[in-house]
Amino acid sequence: MPYPTLRTLVEKVWHEHVVRQAAQGEPDLLYVDLHLVHEVTSPQAFEGLRLGGRPVRRPDLTLATEDHNIPTIDIDEPIADPVSRAQVDALRANCAEFGVRLHSLGDVDQGIVHVVGPQLGLTQPGMTVVCGDSHTSTHGAFGALAFGIGTSEVEHVLATQTLPQTRPKTMAVTVNGQLPPDVTAKDLVLTLIAQETTGGGQGYVVEYRGAAIESLSMEGRMTICNMSIEWGAKAGLIAPDDTTFAYLQGRPHAPTGADWDAAIDYWRTLVTDVDATFDREVSIDATTVKPFVTWGTNPGQGVALGGKVPDPGDFNTDDERAAAGRALRYMGLTAGTPMRDIAVDTVFVGSCTNGRIEDLRAAADIMRGHKVAGSVRMLVVPGSARVRLQAEDEGLDIIFKDAGAEWRGAGCSMCLGMNPDQLAPGQRSASTSNRNFEGRQGKGGRTHLVSPLVAAATAVAGHLAAPADLPARV
Amino acid sequence: MEKFTSHTGTALPLRRSNVDTDQIIPAVYLKRITRSGFEDGLFAAWRGDPEFVLNQPDYAEVSILVAGPDFGTGSSREHAVWALTDYGFKVVLSSRFGDIFRSNSGKAGLLAAVVEQSAIEQLWSIVESDPSTEVTVDLADSVALAGRFSARIQIDDYTRWRLLEGLDDIDITLGHEADITSYETLRPSFKPMTQPSPQHRSGTGDSPIANALAQPG
Repeated sequence: MPYPTLRTLVEKVWHEHVVRQAAQGEPDLLYVDLHLVHEVTSPQAFEGLRLGGRPVRRPDLTLATEDHNIPTIDIDEPIADPVSRAQVDALRANCAEFGVRLHSLGDVDQGIVHVVGPQLGLTQPGMTVVCGDSHTSTHGAFGALAFGIGTSEVEHVLATQTLPQTRPKTMAVTVNGQLPPDVTAKDLVLTLIAQETTGGGQGYVVEYRGAAIESLSMEGRMTICNMSIEWGAKAGLIAPDDTTFAYLQGRPHAPTGADWDAAIDYWRTLVTDVDATFDREVSIDATTVKPFVTWGTNPGQGVALGGKVPDPGDFNTDDERAAAGRALRYMGLTAGTPMRDIAVDTVFVGSCTNGRIEDLRAAADIMRGHKVAGSVRMLVVPGSARVRLQAEDEGLDIIFKDAGAEWRGAGCSMCLGMNPDQLAPGQRSASTSNRNFEGRQGKGGRTHLVSPLVAAATAVAGHLAAPADLPARV
Repeated sequence: MEKFTSHTGTALPLRRSNVDTDQIIPAVYLKRITRSGFEDGLFAAWRGDPEFVLNQPDYAEVSILVAGPDFGTGSSREHAVWALTDYGFKVVLSSRFGDIFRSNSGKAGLLAAVVEQSAIEQLWSIVESDPSTEVTVDLADSVALAGRFSARIQIDDYTRWRLLEGLDDIDITLGHEADITSYETLRPSFKPMTQPSPQHRSGTGDSPIANALAQPG
């Protein structure tokens, strides 16, 4: 199938990476510019290489870090859980054997894989980025085509630096106007997912565009692209602009000198042509977006913070009614309860969605001069060791600790129940992470997805709250 | 990978939508570094409930999963596919799958085929009224059969071909290695590397990681 002359951003990036053009009905073979690796989805892939007698084709385009299994306290001690320790040890042995650069626990460049890549300047516009992790879509914020893959595909990329891929459909999400004060990228993307449902993006690569997107920082853009997978999209991306270039310039792996100029010239071409068409277009009015939180057990089951727990009977289909009823039972919620009346016992600020420096600054700004409510435990977990160091340079750790929050080391932490940071059965959290699935933060745990601002205000109030709900600072 | 042409077995009616991969296998079961034994984590939280359909003796020998829409959303964990295949499932039918789950299934020899929701509901009724009903999913003819019931199954042509032939993706791709090498010679010099290229590495025995860290950028 020939490409149309007028192209969308994703079609341009795709076209640049076709190693072998497919015949009808076959996938294209795409080149992978950057392969990120972590301990959970890679051991069986490395084992496959060993069994096949194959090397890693391009260790120089591969980077590994430890994030999912690791503790966020006592990081200088051996990992207590022997099964987690074995998986981390396996990554270390595999990276040593195959010559892959690894940032281990304790290393200054260790952290969540999707925080580390951008921070090192390894994620750049127009690249293809893959990782055995669905939140790889984060890197789309730079105008890269970035998506999560399974372990068989991890092995395939390690062996060949390519992936056979079927050309996706294209979608534009245009966000007009500007977000109101105290409304964040997280609120915007949660609103979008509730509108489009968890399967609404299935089969599409989404380009986020419009005035509100252009005004976002790189951190905010990463939050939006990160959650593309939560409404089923293969990837989400944003055209690179001066905000992108300013973020990249001077980072350890950003181009320098003549290479920088050549790169900028190329990156500026990475925009959707004016008259190019998308397979589907969606628009949102940013001015109407409000602080948004989830009430259910998938990221599409959300409502404005000022709203109420919905009545399952009000949904349109049998399936939605059944799903809503099951979600309310799991969450221990009653229809009609104002969202602000929901008390939480845990607040988690962190993850690849909201664990970057801007997120910590926003939360700290709310916490300053306040105390975490007596009934609440608050964990603040930087997305990477460098984010932690920067936050400490800025004194953010002091603000959190003075307020009574726990200040932790970098990792996935309470985003998923794989490491010591977990909810106990029946515990309820306000979490800046990306998934409120049953048991996601620990068996029987109940999760409300929120922005960093709502997380901080909730920690102080003891129930779901916005910064404006808080009393004057002490 | 073994060839897949047709499978006949009994079927499990899973009347739930949005079954994410955290439900198929919770994160705590992902710590294994081997490729087998993941059946213990399959639907682990739900199997604690005696009423859960997979705990019913009538469905003890099932090998075909008939699920609601949006099956396999969320996390990329291929462990979700391994949990199903290790348990004994050969086929999953749903009206819509999470992209990564569907792709992982094709790599690991599990047939994840799309069937219209109306057909899913008919299948649920059939296997709920008689759990011993034999269901055949024929990939060669692209059809699912149960007694007089029949429905078209949909799967992309390439995955169908690979399953029918039992082909390994890496072997297919390495058949095009010359194309890969030729592409690599044309990549712009400003594209980043995580460490010096293998061909540029010194023969001093230095750690490539240490070298990379000593020369950022």
